[in-house]
Amino acid sequence: MHDDHETDHHDHHGHAHGHFHDHDNRYTDMQARVRALETVLVEKGLIDPKAVDAIVETYETKIGPKNGARVVAKAWSDPVFADWLKADATAAIASLGYTGRQGEHMRAVFNTPGTHNLIVCTLCSCYPWAVLGLPPTWYKAPAYRSRAVIDPRGVLAEFGLALPQETKIRVWDSTAELRYLVIPERPDGTDGLDEQALAALVSRDAMIGTAIAGVPS
Amino acid sequence: MNGPHDLGGQMGFGLVAPDSNEPYFHADWERRVLGLTLSCGAFGAWNIDESRHARENIPPASYLAASYYEIWTRALEVLLERHGFATSAEIASGTKQVEPAVPKRILKAETVAGVLSKGGPCDRPLETRPAFAAGDRVRTKNFNPETHTRLPRYARAKTGVVEAVQGAFVFPDDNAHGKGENPQWVYTVVFDAAEIWGEGADPTLTVSIDAWESYLERL
Repeated sequence: MHDDHETDHHDHHGHAHGHFHDHDNRYTDMQARVRALETVLVEKGLIDPKAVDAIVETYETKIGPKNGARVVAKAWSDPVFADWLKADATAAIASLGYTGRQGEHMRAVFNTPGTHNLIVCTLCSCYPWAVLGLPPTWYKAPAYRSRAVIDPRGVLAEFGLALPQETKIRVWDSTAELRYLVIPERPDGTDGLDEQALAALVSRDAMIGTAIAGVPS
Repeated sequence: MNGPHDLGGQMGFGLVAPDSNEPYFHADWERRVLGLTLSCGAFGAWNIDESRHARENIPPASYLAASYYEIWTRALEVLLERHGFATSAEIASGTKQVEPAVPKRILKAETVAGVLSKGGPCDRPLETRPAFAAGDRVRTKNFNPETHTRLPRYARAKTGVVEAVQGAFVFPDDNAHGKGENPQWVYTVVFDAAEIWGEGADPTLTVSIDAWESYLERL
């Protein structure tokens, strides 16, 4: 999903999101400010710049929504795993190798024909990094954080998702250290698909709850 | 605190503007700030609750005008100064002037993978029994502390139902201020939208928070 990052290193001009627009001067100022900060921390022996590189590389290339999609695909394919995920999501997810920072206390919430789940953090940006990677900008920005709890249907409409009027919506505000992963419903017409093909139908947004799973092409 | 970060139910921020092809970072300094914040967290001088509180203490007009990683930058600068790792003059000039405090750990490249995959669990053993059980009706506290809390304003003095006992966790309201971890039981509490938003609320909507035990009273 984010394999285009190599081309984006110095290009913020093409990404005018929300309150970022027209802030080129601010971004230049921030570049200088952060460079000064890193320089003095390195001079003081407090920071290993290669550790900073390693952290960035981890979250740009290694940990992302493909992890979560594999969890969902396995839950769709393996009822024993799905039960484990319901009972102890942290352990079930760790069995696939996804552990650690911002995934220490996982909960999986399953969409059903009558109920749609949506995840938000109104107070900051809590997000299940271990299975979804770093959150998208919109998830961290005031519009989503303010509206998800009061007008989720309006928010979902902006993602192109119109749920049936009678569908119940459950919004989970991540106010503590539990991190939530939405398990979307398995789409129709996917009976013959293996886990890899199923995982390809599961977007990041479907695991936040701002989308549903895709249909096979 | 009733800070600019407590956004649930506020209005006027416009559309969500999702972008499915958005990059993780919009400029190189954002990458560095992510790495610096995690690296400095490894010093062991502050915890995640103090770090969150440093972010929400940014004055409202600045907080709401700042990009996400700018908020992280400003909070990191505050924490480094507070704990004696760098002075504001050093941060502004990029040049060392005084010896820093001694960190408990310095994160090295070769230990990054291990540290990230280990994470920092915040559940703790607790000998007391949970005061509430699934199905209990509870009311959230009405308070307005000037200090850190994870009970959002929209969910204060509201009646809901305990859905699950989630375990015992470090209490952020204390931990953010160096008062110890003082773990408490945490509960998922569900509210009907009408209880929170009143007139005109979506009848199909329920909202849950995860609440520490001292946020709740039995009905």
